[in-house]
Amino acid sequence: MTMSKTGILKSSLSKKYVMAFTGLFLCIFLVGHLIGNVQLFSTGPEGQAAFNSYAEFMTSNPLIKLMSYLTYASVLFHVVDGFVLTIKNRKARPVNYVVEKGNLNSSWASRNMALLGTILLVFIVTHMQHFWWTMHFGDIIMVDGVKDLHTVVMDFFNPTVNRLAAVMTGLYVFAMISMGFHLNHGFQSAFQSLGLNHPKYTPMIQFVGKAFSVIVPAGFASLPIYLFLIQS
Amino acid sequence: MLDSKIPEGPLAEKWSKHKDNIRLVTPANKRHIDIIVVGTGLAGASAAASLAEMGYNVKSLCFQDSPRRAHSIAAQGGINASKNYQNDGDSVYRLFYDTVKGGDYRSREANVHRLAEVSGSIIDQCVAQGVPFAREYGGLLDNRSFGGVQVSRTFYAKGQTGQQLLLGAYSALSRQISKGKVEMLNRHEMMEVVKIDGKARGIIARNLITGEIERHSAHAVVLCTGGYGNAFYLSTNAMGSNASAVWRAHKKGSYFANPCFTQIHPTCIPVSGHYQSKLTLMSESLRNDGRIWVPKSKSDVEAIRNGSKKAIDLKEDERDYYLERRYPAFGNLVPRDVASRAAKERCDAGYGVNKTGQAVYLDFASAFERYGKTEVLTRGIENATQDQIVDLGREVVKSKYGNLFDMYKQITDDNPYETPMMIYPAVHYTMGGLWVDYNLMTTVPGLFAAGEANFSDHGANRLGASALMQGLADGYFVLPYTIGDYLADDIRTGKIPTDSTEFDEAEKQVKDEISALMNNNGDTPVDDFHRRLGLIMWNKCGMARNEKHLKEAIVEIQELRKEFYAKVRVPGSAYDFNPELEKATRLADFLELGEAMCLDALTRSESCGGHFRDESQTEDGEALRDDENFTFVSAWEYTGTPSEAKLHKEDLVYDNIELKQRSYK
Amino acid sequence: MNITLKVWRQKGPSSVGAMETHQMTEVSGDMSFLEMMDVLNDRLVREGKEPFAFDHDCREGICGTCSMFINGEAHGPGRNVTTCQLHMRSFKDGETIHVEPWRSAAFPIIKDLTVDRSSFDRIIQAGGYVSVNTSGATQDANSIPIPKHDADEAFDSATCIGCGACVATCKNSSAMLFVSAKVSQLSLLPQGKAESNERVLRMVDQMDLEGFGNCTNTGACEVECPKGISLTNIARMNREFLSSNLTSK
Repeated sequence: MTMSKTGILKSSLSKKYVMAFTGLFLCIFLVGHLIGNVQLFSTGPEGQAAFNSYAEFMTSNPLIKLMSYLTYASVLFHVVDGFVLTIKNRKARPVNYVVEKGNLNSSWASRNMALLGTILLVFIVTHMQHFWWTMHFGDIIMVDGVKDLHTVVMDFFNPTVNRLAAVMTGLYVFAMISMGFHLNHGFQSAFQSLGLNHPKYTPMIQFVGKAFSVIVPAGFASLPIYLFLIQS
Repeated sequence: MLDSKIPEGPLAEKWSKHKDNIRLVTPANKRHIDIIVVGTGLAGASAAASLAEMGYNVKSLCFQDSPRRAHSIAAQGGINASKNYQNDGDSVYRLFYDTVKGGDYRSREANVHRLAEVSGSIIDQCVAQGVPFAREYGGLLDNRSFGGVQVSRTFYAKGQTGQQLLLGAYSALSRQISKGKVEMLNRHEMMEVVKIDGKARGIIARNLITGEIERHSAHAVVLCTGGYGNAFYLSTNAMGSNASAVWRAHKKGSYFANPCFTQIHPTCIPVSGHYQSKLTLMSESLRNDGRIWVPKSKSDVEAIRNGSKKAIDLKEDERDYYLERRYPAFGNLVPRDVASRAAKERCDAGYGVNKTGQAVYLDFASAFERYGKTEVLTRGIENATQDQIVDLGREVVKSKYGNLFDMYKQITDDNPYETPMMIYPAVHYTMGGLWVDYNLMTTVPGLFAAGEANFSDHGANRLGASALMQGLADGYFVLPYTIGDYLADDIRTGKIPTDSTEFDEAEKQVKDEISALMNNNGDTPVDDFHRRLGLIMWNKCGMARNEKHLKEAIVEIQELRKEFYAKVRVPGSAYDFNPELEKATRLADFLELGEAMCLDALTRSESCGGHFRDESQTEDGEALRDDENFTFVSAWEYTGTPSEAKLHKEDLVYDNIELKQRSYK
Repeated sequence: MNITLKVWRQKGPSSVGAMETHQMTEVSGDMSFLEMMDVLNDRLVREGKEPFAFDHDCREGICGTCSMFINGEAHGPGRNVTTCQLHMRSFKDGETIHVEPWRSAAFPIIKDLTVDRSSFDRIIQAGGYVSVNTSGATQDANSIPIPKHDADEAFDSATCIGCGACVATCKNSSAMLFVSAKVSQLSLLPQGKAESNERVLRMVDQMDLEGFGNCTNTGACEVECPKGISLTNIARMNREFLSSNLTSK
């Protein structure tokens, strides 16, 4: 037997590994992000100081910087790879069925990962423009020597300051629901793609995946709702 | 005239001596020799793979869309081998003896002994290929007993042994295809043998996708095209299983041996309506625990047929367990042919239990109870109710035959755990086939036949789990050696050209036949004629035959053949994918073969194995063999009309086994 | 019962196809789906029309030839059955039934409902075998004990009938279930272990070359597979492919 003709990088399976690795890395990122967000539930001056210094730390610490570059890269590879796979998979069926009942054999989320992913991509871009851009390059007030991101966030979901606050809250919640579905399939799917399937552990992974896909998006969505409600 | 070329010497040494003395072709010369193998079942795939591996250039054809789909795949039960892993005293001789006896003393001693000798190698080979046979907890191979023999020698892979063995052979074939040693032609049907100077030198084939007629030349042609059970239309064979290759070979000079030897399997699911296209077999292992019966009184039969009574309403003394009654020693475990005939006898007498009157019950109620009682004891349940016992028994039966019960329910919509199964015999296997010598060569030099396509090893009745054994024995271990003896003369022949007049003529003949079918101004579909042929065969050349019926059948088939050519309609184009045309060309051959089967059945006025003549039975209705007059193979030479074929006899000599009348009383 | 059939009609590989409607009366629940198609074809021939070309052979669910996409599902409604094992009692009187061919770039249509699945053969030829000669002179079959559990698992993978329902039902036309079943069977057995690294690489390469899409783990294949081949086979192949690549020289 000779060696693989196309090699690992060109193989369709390696694209799956990329999706799985980057996806799982982004899950870790989500946890980190959520921990930061939790601090925003403390809306008073104490919370403001704590959150702002946390934000300052996140933008300056070299290790965190490295992690953030990895995150950007993960998003990029996850998106590009996902796009390439979707195109290739579409090409594999040039003529569609007249009647197709995928709902009888698979979950809706599993069949619509590209759609969900696109929604998330649009969300990530707008979300970064709202906060990341402001933090890095925006015109932002300094409090106690650090940028006051806390107030930026508070104001963003404050209907008396931002007349689009209700719409934004709605969009954020919608995006988080999409993320829930994306994770619902994606989390366990990543393990399957990496070959981590075992009769003893797979049920556990599936349970963790389901829990993750509910708790994490719910955690993220609760913040805009909370901020919007207390400031209305 | 008919030289079987059985080697001299003691039985047990014939094969090894023959292999030592046979002429060989050197590896360098094998590269210059082409072989065509038709069919990719167990015999065909294993032969093509082995020949290619030895160095020959092989072309392999199958009519299916992939070589993996040949009908060997449907075999359920298992494969025999005299490994004696169970230490129950099995040996090559015992396997040989059981096979000859099971074949009702109508097979060749030397061939059967060779089959038994190589049986062990088959298992070694298959395991090495990654065939996942059933194993015991210790990791060693498991065996089960089968077909009423006294040892446990059957290797199996759940109920899918044929599938696993075929996929093993297919993988060996695929390996040679990837090396370029086998050129695989899927969806190609052999239409004719081409003979040059009396030798088989190629074939005419039809590309079933484009309809193109192709010429393929070779130094030898091997037919591994299976049996001809579909002459009966309804059988357990696949829809595409056909006899065209062997029949064309016969018309080109190969003698056809024992065409009337047909195996009718007793445990099949009965016909449900006129649209029925095929019959489904359920493993005969069911007879280990099921009891076969029909009602004793005709009024109960009537009540069951019109739905006013159910099987379970009948009390024990209202039931006729006819096998237990007639054959107290073997009961429900009599051989296939005996069980089938007994079912037919009851149904013909008017005791059949379904709408068509062609079904008997296979009842597991006693097994539920028997196993249930054992379970109650082993589990130490006290004061168990009857329902509890039966439920526990059902669980045991489910663990043994669950997949078969599911299959039955899927097809009939009846729950066999609640109500007895209905079964009826169906055509399953054909022991007859092309006559071959010890080297598996037919009477046409260079034309070989292996597996079910030849006649050699099963006599008048095949034992369970022996078909798979024979297919692989022929393909892996016999033909690849014996073919060298013939090909040794061809090392200087060079490539056979396909532009000879012989190829021209054969191609023209095939094209003419096809265009005659295509341009026929008929109005009746092919299947219509096939069904009618099947009915004639089933009614008059089926489980019991007699002179009057067989003579009628010959005339009826001749008339049907005329009608076929006058009225058949084949739609579409000859140069296109056209399944109706495929069916028509196959049926044209069955319509001749059927007649030959009737002629053979008529001539053999004894009863033996699967062939039962009403005229040859004992006072209590058992088969009566006539060794004095019929210890021979009937090898028929084609003369232009099937029923006027010329009979050649190959006398069967039994030096090692004493002929006995089978008795299962 | 009465049935309205909408069946795909396509003259050849490059022709444009369309659904064609036929009314079926007096359909018996005991008929198999293919017998119902036989009845339709019989009528079409008598009417001087062309019957529908469809693949079928053993009609007992083991050869893997039959291949119809019925009412939006591979092999129609019902689990663990092939089209030939599907009976008309699974449908309701008056129902409309859509019948389409398997659809995949790697399974080009030959005619009507018949497709070309030789891509599966080529994948097996790429490495779906143990490289052992057929001499019979290997070692004794019992010389290597194989734990029953491994043997049973290998058997479960080996029951694949190569029908292509996994490809047909997958929204990506992925052949991963088919390929992984063979990879698993042979890597679970000691006889196949020696070349398992090269095998998985070659078979996956061939799979990609044939134009199948890739797996997004929807799990539809496992549900529609008539033999219940499990997704764990795909995971095993993913694992083996990764480790083969990492360890190959």
